[in-house]
Amino acid sequence: MYEHLETAENPTTLKRVVVDPVSRVEGHGKVTLLLDENNKVQQARLHIVEFRGFEKFIQGRPYWELPVLVQRLCGICPVSHHLAAAKAIDQLVGVDPENLTPAADKLRRLLHFGQVLQSHALHFFHLSSPDLLFGFESEISKRSIIAVLANYPEIGLQGVKLRKYGQEVIRMVSGKRIHGTGAIAGGMNKALSKEERDYLLQDIEQIITWSAAAVALIKKVHTSNLPYYDDFATIRSNYLGLTKTNGALELYHGGIRAKNDRGETLVDHFDYCNYTDLIHEEVRSWSYMKFPYLTSIGKDQGWYRVGPLARVNICDFIDTPMAEAARVEFKQHSGEAMVHSTLAFHWARMIEVLHCAESIKTLLHDPDIMSNDLMATGEKRYEGIGVIEAPRGTLLHHYQVDENDIVTKANLIVSTTNNNMGMNESVRQVAAEYLSGQELTEPLLNNLEVAIRAYDPCLSCATHAVGKMPLQLELIAADGQMVDKLVRHSDGRFEH
Amino acid sequence: MSGTINIDGQNIPFEEGQTIIEAATAAGVYIPHLCHQPGYTPHGSCKVCTVNVNGRNCSACTFPAVEGQTIVNNSAELEQDRRRMTQMLFVEGNHFCPSCEKTGNCQLQGVAYHLNMLDNHFPHFFANREMDASHPDILIDHNRCIFCNLCVRASREKDGKNVFGISGRGINKRLIINSDSGQLKDSDIDVNDCAAHICPTGAILIKRTGYQVPIGKRIYDHHDISEVALMEEREHGK
Repeated sequence: MYEHLETAENPTTLKRVVVDPVSRVEGHGKVTLLLDENNKVQQARLHIVEFRGFEKFIQGRPYWELPVLVQRLCGICPVSHHLAAAKAIDQLVGVDPENLTPAADKLRRLLHFGQVLQSHALHFFHLSSPDLLFGFESEISKRSIIAVLANYPEIGLQGVKLRKYGQEVIRMVSGKRIHGTGAIAGGMNKALSKEERDYLLQDIEQIITWSAAAVALIKKVHTSNLPYYDDFATIRSNYLGLTKTNGALELYHGGIRAKNDRGETLVDHFDYCNYTDLIHEEVRSWSYMKFPYLTSIGKDQGWYRVGPLARVNICDFIDTPMAEAARVEFKQHSGEAMVHSTLAFHWARMIEVLHCAESIKTLLHDPDIMSNDLMATGEKRYEGIGVIEAPRGTLLHHYQVDENDIVTKANLIVSTTNNNMGMNESVRQVAAEYLSGQELTEPLLNNLEVAIRAYDPCLSCATHAVGKMPLQLELIAADGQMVDKLVRHSDGRFEH
Repeated sequence: MSGTINIDGQNIPFEEGQTIIEAATAAGVYIPHLCHQPGYTPHGSCKVCTVNVNGRNCSACTFPAVEGQTIVNNSAELEQDRRRMTQMLFVEGNHFCPSCEKTGNCQLQGVAYHLNMLDNHFPHFFANREMDASHPDILIDHNRCIFCNLCVRASREKDGKNVFGISGRGINKRLIINSDSGQLKDSDIDVNDCAAHICPTGAILIKRTGYQVPIGKRIYDHHDISEVALMEEREHGK
């Protein structure tokens, strides 16, 4: 692989090229390259330059705050944090996943499918489609969703509307598109009303059609650019994720399965409550993000990838028919037991979008989501662990509380952390195979970002306003002069 | 005895013994407030209900209505004063509305929205305040206490106890518990006491009940605090 490019021998003698910030990803990261006099890459690193501190400052807070507090980690996939924390605090009130009421379980799944759908649509259409449709080294003015809407209006609009639908699912279940409530310890705080269910049902067939079109689009883009798409940023790795008991793709709750690069099972149906026996994290001085690895294999060879590519790779099947057919085609294209192409993340991601759309339809026809039997109870415990398959991969929340219900210890292993080594390896592969020895230009450097973007890393968060909050929006020109102002008063009035 | 006062040009009747805020509320005129609650001895500590009476600023919750008063309630200057006082309350404590379980039901947040508070204006104190989670059913988060004294009054006047008190002055002011250990678990508060439910912010909470009311069903989700206060407090006055 490309580990030899992690640390150069004589860094002070080398020329430094920095891509800062990495654009069209969530949060803040940068790439550094060290080049010798012949522009040969000697070192390539993806640095995560932000520090959040959530694990520390949630200590001392009451546990029931956790699902609402920790979801503020992110504005793109807050539902994943909300649900992972909820699964953990379920255990604190003595409720295991299988003991949730059917209504609560299905509402949480519906919420999560809406979340994965919108997050994947956002990533594919808003962030990555410019690269895929215009080429990795296209002119910079084309590298945005605006250019996609101008040149491929139908595709761009479908992406925007797919995301909107996912957001609407979230709003119906949790009260808000971003940072709602919903999951509480032992269940949910509301069922779906018939009106809310009917509102979501009216568009679901269209959403399934558009999701299938998105799979067809990425399949066409990928297969028309072979072997380039199979080679670019591609690395062989282990893969890890949750699966159902029957081996099906699972996003909300299951056991951990890991397979190696040849498709051999390393671990299966592993109870995530024992995750410390399975995974360790290594700290490296040059990044705030840790490097997890499978303990049984060791830190050199035990790193793994998570997320759509991992999930579609490790599962035996998908339990919705259209997504399953797409999965079979996907696996067949590589001719190997596992698909290693990093750009195939996009393809797998759209297969999951289709799975989410099909699953949302099934759940919307299930009367349980309108049942008010929402809460389960049990005996208090002092430790809770929740694991979920977030859009970007396996997400783990682990909390301990004292006798007064106060959090004393927290450990969060977020999806992107699991892909840290994978992203770094892909960056090094691109640096070594596509950039090394060339005069580096801005479009050429975008190749590095394309490699990172395939993983859909979430490096950060966003925050949003609530309810009747007054807001003032000012448009300031480059010279500092205010061009326009829009005010929303607390009574809902708008003033221009 | 009864009479008439004039608030912002509107003649409003009052009864003997009523304060300005009581007469205004009965007539459907909202004066922003936090430490005032019908049925409790007026305290006059938050100053958010400041109005101008015959040219002089007074707390509407403590000032008696007197025949012939000309009162200004809604003016840009008073709104600015009230906004600044509310901003001071925010920066003195640690109020993180996005994750607070009282959000949507919080009077401090509701008043801030009503006053079009867009930022904190003042630098944060980042006060180092602690939580008292010792009681099995009641939690005190001192970060969110605005020293309105409502819990003190509720415990004394409604519950017949003396669980709470305010100690110290200025930035050393703090809510204290009447128990040997200073902890709530050793006091005689009960989860059904008025004092456990009166807090206008998220400082005194009933444990394990947070977020049970979904978004859309919370008190201020669809109604400004002025509407809610007038509806509830006029009902109380009947």
